Amino acid sequence: MSSLELRGVSVRYGRFTAVRGVDLAVPDGSVTGLVGGSGSGKSTLGKAVVGLAPLTAGRITVDGVDLPRRPGRGPVQLVFQNPYASLDPRLGIGATIAEALPRRKTADPARARDLRVAAGETTGAAAGTTRWTRAERAAEVARYLDLVGIDPARAAQTPDALSGGQRQRVALARALAARPGVLIADEITSALDVSVQGAVLNLLRRLQRELGFALLFISHDLAVIRYLCDQVVVLDGGRVVEAGPAVAVMARPAHEITRTLLSCVPALPVTATRPPTAVPDQEA
Amino acid sequence: MAANRSGTGARAALRRSLHTPIGLSAVIAGLLLAALAVAAPPLFGDRAEAIDTGATNQGVSGAHWLGTDSLGRDIMARVLVASRLTLQLGLTATVIGLAGGLVLGVAPSVLGRRAGRAVTAAVGVLVAFPGLLFVLFLATVFGVGSTGAVLAIGLALIPSLARLIQNLTASIAGSDYVAAARILGVGRFRIVVRHLLPNIVEPVVLFGVQAATGSLIAFAGLSFLGLGVQSPDYDWGRLLNEGLGRVYVNPASALAPGTAVVLAGLVFGLIGEAVAQAGGRRTVTVPTATPTDVPAAAAEQDTDLPPGNANKDPQDRPDVNGDALVQVTDLRVAFPGGRTAVRGVGLTVAAGEAVGLVGESGSGKSLTALALADLVPYPGRTTGTVRFDGADLRSNPRLGTDLALVFQDPMTSLNPALRVGRQLAEVAEVHLGASRGGARARAVARLAAVGIPDAGRRARQRPHEYSGGMRQRAFIGMGLMAEPKLIIADEPTTALDVTVQKQVLDLLGQVRAGTGAALLLISHDLGVVAEVCDRVLVMYAGRIVEELPVRRLADAAHPYTRALVGAIPTMATDPASELATIPGRPPEPGEEFPGCAFAARCASATDRCRAELPVLAAAGGGAGHRVACWHPAEPDAEPEAARAGSEAAA
Repeated sequence: MSSLELRGVSVRYGRFTAVRGVDLAVPDGSVTGLVGGSGSGKSTLGKAVVGLAPLTAGRITVDGVDLPRRPGRGPVQLVFQNPYASLDPRLGIGATIAEALPRRKTADPARARDLRVAAGETTGAAAGTTRWTRAERAAEVARYLDLVGIDPARAAQTPDALSGGQRQRVALARALAARPGVLIADEITSALDVSVQGAVLNLLRRLQRELGFALLFISHDLAVIRYLCDQVVVLDGGRVVEAGPAVAVMARPAHEITRTLLSCVPALPVTATRPPTAVPDQEA
Repeated sequence: MAANRSGTGARAALRRSLHTPIGLSAVIAGLLLAALAVAAPPLFGDRAEAIDTGATNQGVSGAHWLGTDSLGRDIMARVLVASRLTLQLGLTATVIGLAGGLVLGVAPSVLGRRAGRAVTAAVGVLVAFPGLLFVLFLATVFGVGSTGAVLAIGLALIPSLARLIQNLTASIAGSDYVAAARILGVGRFRIVVRHLLPNIVEPVVLFGVQAATGSLIAFAGLSFLGLGVQSPDYDWGRLLNEGLGRVYVNPASALAPGTAVVLAGLVFGLIGEAVAQAGGRRTVTVPTATPTDVPAAAAEQDTDLPPGNANKDPQDRPDVNGDALVQVTDLRVAFPGGRTAVRGVGLTVAAGEAVGLVGESGSGKSLTALALADLVPYPGRTTGTVRFDGADLRSNPRLGTDLALVFQDPMTSLNPALRVGRQLAEVAEVHLGASRGGARARAVARLAAVGIPDAGRRARQRPHEYSGGMRQRAFIGMGLMAEPKLIIADEPTTALDVTVQKQVLDLLGQVRAGTGAALLLISHDLGVVAEVCDRVLVMYAGRIVEELPVRRLADAAHPYTRALVGAIPTMATDPASELATIPGRPPEPGEEFPGCAFAARCASATDRCRAELPVLAAAGGGAGHRVACWHPAEPDAEPEAARAGSEAAA
């Protein structure tokens, strides 16, 4: 449905150039991993796509159409790194998600249908571009909460009643409620416990497959990238140093930075003594 | 708008605040003042206006409690009636100030960048102008009279309020949730109304109440100077002006309006205090249970073990051996309100050993570490014994010398105002009695030892000139200023990047090898612990549930440990399968369980798990492997023997 393309993108803050001439593509319905150490410009790149960082050169297009340079409602949504900062502490989580809903119903009928199917809903609302009624809006919010595995009865609660993992689910629901063609996930598990990370990653992967959006997954953890992504782009000092299919890059890293990042993946002794649960055929 | 959105939290806080003595008195005093302002003019208006030429300038008497003025009017009645005009003027000025301050304060967030900067600069200039001069200037411009005075005082309030609101909104406008709203295409005005204002309402209300007190006094001052309310109207300031001339004849005529101003100011102050209490979440502590009985009750519960546990494995009590560097027995940390974060932890660290303490957030692992250093934040209470190097740590603190701590966020653990070298040198000066020069040389040497390039120059820099990894290195260097026997590192790499994480972990390993110090590494990430430690302790809901050598992690017996191990994606994880997750959520610190706290999330839990608390007992993973579980997973056939023992006792 939507593919994201970056050509020669540069971002400069004053004299400091955070991103220099990056070319990157996230094909329709696929997952591209963006990996790098801190200061490599990976988060800046994500912000630049949604207009939160100033673009000094280059083009960012979705399905060939240029994105606006200022932040505003567009086909790209971003999930922030820290769920403790990305939700308004004074707003109920239901109201937070409602804010993301399109002003009018079925702005994009195809996507709306997809979502309804994903949420297990069969009754199709009458198509048209009418405004939401209060009840419809509440039902839609409940559907998104349900989609990310949060009890819709909690819609009135404020974020302080939620754990970090639950907050990140709400942030994900908010981004999806805007019905993006492209989703950017900026280190969405780095503020969470390892034990919660798995559930959030499982959810993201399931939703990506069901809803079919293009996903730019920003992370520093190559093990997570390998698990989730089709393609991987390695960034260092604002430049792309390596790019390719995730499996191939992990198997034969060509650049020094990629090798360093690979060596930083914590290796549990478990993997040595216990046979892997399943040998991935496609990699062998 | 703000009130109905602020959710149950703020409203509950306000209600709680109203039940405190200050809140209650604020409500009563505020109501009394309002009743006076409403009822006094109709009740005493005639009396206050009644001119009695036969009774001018009288002193205090039964008929006139505070005497009469030069026209024979009753001063008591006049002071009471004046309350309405005084409050009216004061509050009107405050409203003008608040409205203007809100408009100018929020403007930079709504306007474009250039116009916003112009507004900020204009407010900056106005703030620099002395307030009283501003009032007098405006009072002259608007002419003498109450309208002029209201406008003058109201407008004079605007710059400082605008500056406050600008600062508050600027910090909110930079937050991620406002950025998220912008990406969603929410309009500027909507962002202001939905996100900015509700999040600044508490400090603004507090400042508004203060401003009301200030304008009340300012009015009294202006009227006293003759610039405010003009005859025949009168407010407290004007009454004070009239009464002061006769203060030697009838002191009450001047004291009464003065007292009224002071009392009204106090009422406003009380209201402000009550609001601040509701807003400042830290100032209100509601003791629902005295902290003292919590640990006692918990301890009782623990000693009254179910019969099945009577024949406990002797290893449950950490062996009291001499060569253990740290020996913690039955450590508990409780907070008021029955929230127990650490519930009877026992652990030992041998000299030079690296031990990892692993658990989710809320498991009590960080509080355990803080309790070891006796740094549990107020109002937490620590019980149990901590023996360090043969002495009770709490009566004989060793921080800074034998015991070093490394915290999670190197940004906040170093003082931003001091040069890094100075901060390190301070340790040597305070604890080792080193000279200034000697301490400095040692600081530079230690910075070099933790791998800071060009340490001499770097020591003269302040923390903001360091990168995150370098700050953490410097902080570790600070711990090494003395010769520590134990380094406690609480999530030392969570705030760092992976590549830097590896460097810092390597550094901790080198330090340990170089100085022979023991290491207690606390982390939520088993991967991090496995990298550095020999032995790992897994903590869940305030208790240690498993203890095993790192190299035997594959043979973990507790379902929780196994789940933690499985949750970490590694380079061998099958991309086609789902990542292992732990269903449910970790228990809150206040929750009490008769049995195993993990039972609700455990696939192999039985009734026994829910009813009886499992204790740490030897498990199948060989020496040093202990687990607190009724149904431990068995890696091989050998653990049968170990388990049979505890089963037989049941």
